Amino acid sequence: MHEHTVTKKWNPLPDQPPPVRDFGLSGWLRKNLFSSVGNTLLTFIGITIVWLTVPPFIQWAVINAAWLGDSRSACDHLLEGEKAGACWIFIKVRLGMFMYGFYPDPERWRINFSLFLLALGGLPILTTSLLSENSGRAMYLVAGTVICIFFFGPIPGSVAALFLAGPFLLSLIPLTGKIPLRAWDWIFLFAVYPVIAWFLFVGDIFGLPYVDTHQWGGMFLTLVIAGIGIATSLPIGILLALGRRDSMPVIKTLCICFIELIRGVPLISVLFMASVMLPLLLPEGTHFDKLLRALIGVALFYAAYMAEVVRGGLAAIPKGQYEAAQALGWGYWKMMGLIILPQALRLVIPGIVNTFLGLFKDTTLVAVIGLMDMLGIVKAALADTEWLGFPKEAYIFAALTYWVFCFSMSRYSMSLEKRFQVNRR
Amino acid sequence: MSKLIYNPKFRAWFIQGCVLVILLTLLGTGVYNTVQNLGKAGITTGFGFLNETAGFDISLKLIPYSRASTYGRAFMVGLLNTLLVSGIGILVATILGFLIGVARLSSNWLISLIAAVYIEIIRNIPLLLQILFWYIAILNPLPRPRHAMNLMDTFFLCNRGLIVPSPIYESGIIATLIALGTAIVASIFLVRWAGKHQNKTGKQFPAYWTSLGLLIGLPLMVLALTGFPISWEIPVFKGFNFRGGLTMLPEFIALCLALSLYTAAFIGENVRAGIMAVDNGQWEAALALGHRLGATLRLVIIPQAMRVIIPPLTSQHLTLVKNSSLAVVIGYPDIIHVFAGTTLNQTGQAVEIIAVTMLVYLTTSLSISYVMNWYNRKTSAMGAGS
Repeated sequence: MHEHTVTKKWNPLPDQPPPVRDFGLSGWLRKNLFSSVGNTLLTFIGITIVWLTVPPFIQWAVINAAWLGDSRSACDHLLEGEKAGACWIFIKVRLGMFMYGFYPDPERWRINFSLFLLALGGLPILTTSLLSENSGRAMYLVAGTVICIFFFGPIPGSVAALFLAGPFLLSLIPLTGKIPLRAWDWIFLFAVYPVIAWFLFVGDIFGLPYVDTHQWGGMFLTLVIAGIGIATSLPIGILLALGRRDSMPVIKTLCICFIELIRGVPLISVLFMASVMLPLLLPEGTHFDKLLRALIGVALFYAAYMAEVVRGGLAAIPKGQYEAAQALGWGYWKMMGLIILPQALRLVIPGIVNTFLGLFKDTTLVAVIGLMDMLGIVKAALADTEWLGFPKEAYIFAALTYWVFCFSMSRYSMSLEKRFQVNRR
Repeated sequence: MSKLIYNPKFRAWFIQGCVLVILLTLLGTGVYNTVQNLGKAGITTGFGFLNETAGFDISLKLIPYSRASTYGRAFMVGLLNTLLVSGIGILVATILGFLIGVARLSSNWLISLIAAVYIEIIRNIPLLLQILFWYIAILNPLPRPRHAMNLMDTFFLCNRGLIVPSPIYESGIIATLIALGTAIVASIFLVRWAGKHQNKTGKQFPAYWTSLGLLIGLPLMVLALTGFPISWEIPVFKGFNFRGGLTMLPEFIALCLALSLYTAAFIGENVRAGIMAVDNGQWEAALALGHRLGATLRLVIIPQAMRVIIPPLTSQHLTLVKNSSLAVVIGYPDIIHVFAGTTLNQTGQAVEIIAVTMLVYLTTSLSISYVMNWYNRKTSAMGAGS
């Protein structure tokens, strides 16, 4: 290092910067868009596709569109010609109908309240960390109650407080505290919440006016069908999957026949069967709610698909797990419930969420048997003579609503997949 | 007695017996009620109604059908319409799906982005909504036939559908058909011979290009020799509607569009997963052996990717066939619309009609999955045998 040393340490010159064409914006462009003749050609095709679709759509949906006002006359000039644009006023005027169907106007808070309650009850289950601690949970409870009182008044607020405090208190009392808080959360969401929601929706109790199911509609009905469908198809599907792998030949055959039969036919034919055949199968004069018929159809149909998903998970559990449980002297249900199913279900969470997604999208089919779900209501609104000529707006709005639900569900499933570290092949 | 309860064999039979008894009781009650209800409504069970006159018309028929035809005939018309729309849907969706899947994996950022946006938009919107969108929001507001969109005075698009020229065959066409058949048979033999030839001598013969030339050239040559015995009937606007030509109903177009665009998004994801499942080392090995890009794809990558792609692809095809039943919503005369809709309303034979309809879908599903399983077995047998 000093000057008098004989051997001189060889010092390389400082690194030269990479060629200009390899980094920065131009480098990125060169690498990702113009790396070869073919690639450049593809880029131009891509630009053409974007140019042909995006600007006209923005022109129609945003720039030319009518946003303000609440009457048809503001939209008359938008229908044709150069200045064609979207009439979002139509959506604005009909928004209540799209969301709640024909549910009476003064009673709609009941739907909002029950959805809010669902969100409050579901949040501790969907998220893991903060809300499982006692202090965090207590704060959550107070905050939820305050918001509820602020928006819905004292009586709904106290219902919400009881609903939120229930699992928390039960997990603190020594007698019921053996079951952990998380399990109590699940029990409340799946056993207590449906009862509250049912009374809220139907009414005719505690001074709430009665609302018949044929007045239910819009996104509300879609969510009811999807919610009940999801909550019933998974347990039935699990039972079917267990039955299919069972050693009892009669039960095994029945389960296989049911699953394969249902999976081979379209949902529409099952719904037709539920709406045409069920009244025939029951004694004359039995009144059978149309919504209930659709629900039975959807739940049974998706239970068959769910069974196949669960079966995949069951097949992936090593035999040693069964043997270990049996060696402990455990019975069938204890072995399945505590050893096999928790592992199997965890493996197939993505598949389960995908099936839920399919179910959510397929709730639109109930419009075929005359129920007024989101799609049915849109169709009914289009027949309104005062607002003829805006089908694009209505369907794009409906599509956007479904898209938001489905896209967030699929993203959530991806995050779950990551959380549970499931490696697919 | 208590010993009997703890005997697993006895328990199994006891439980199964209970299940059977409950099921049979339910079934018996259902059948009894159905017979009672049908009797009160004055409906006789059985398939005799299939020979009765239907009395309604169908807007799209591939076989001769009129008001005077029977319900059985109407069933056939509906079945063929279902098969038609499913067949076209499967073909278009598969081609488009492969394109999208490859585009999604493209190194070109823009193309891959467009494919991703397409997949995420289409996959997350219910199919029924898409069908209704195409039908009610796009095709219905098209101008009337008088103001139809006109392409070179031969193709017309209006709210009655897409009207295209229809071919009129004259007697000489049979020679061209024979030529086409000969070309197909010849190319099959050519490809087989080329494979054997290469195995024996190591020399390649450009069999694919030759057979392509054969398939196009031979029929064209015969067509020219016989003096083009084919003419096109150009649709003309007369009175209130178009005369001549072939009309594609808006229901048909909407259904085909929605089914193939929707299914293509799912197939695209399957294709992407399949190609990604092939190990990178396979690319490197093939290129190291001196194969060109085309040969690498054709001989190494695609055969392995196909083994992963085929099973989900089959289930997408099956789903498409089942989804074609949504036709009933826009009034495309498929089997559900014609048979489980109109025929059921007119005759009230709910049990028979629902059973037959379900059986049709079940048979179609099972046969498609059988064919695909056979293909799957064949292709996996060629692999490492794992």
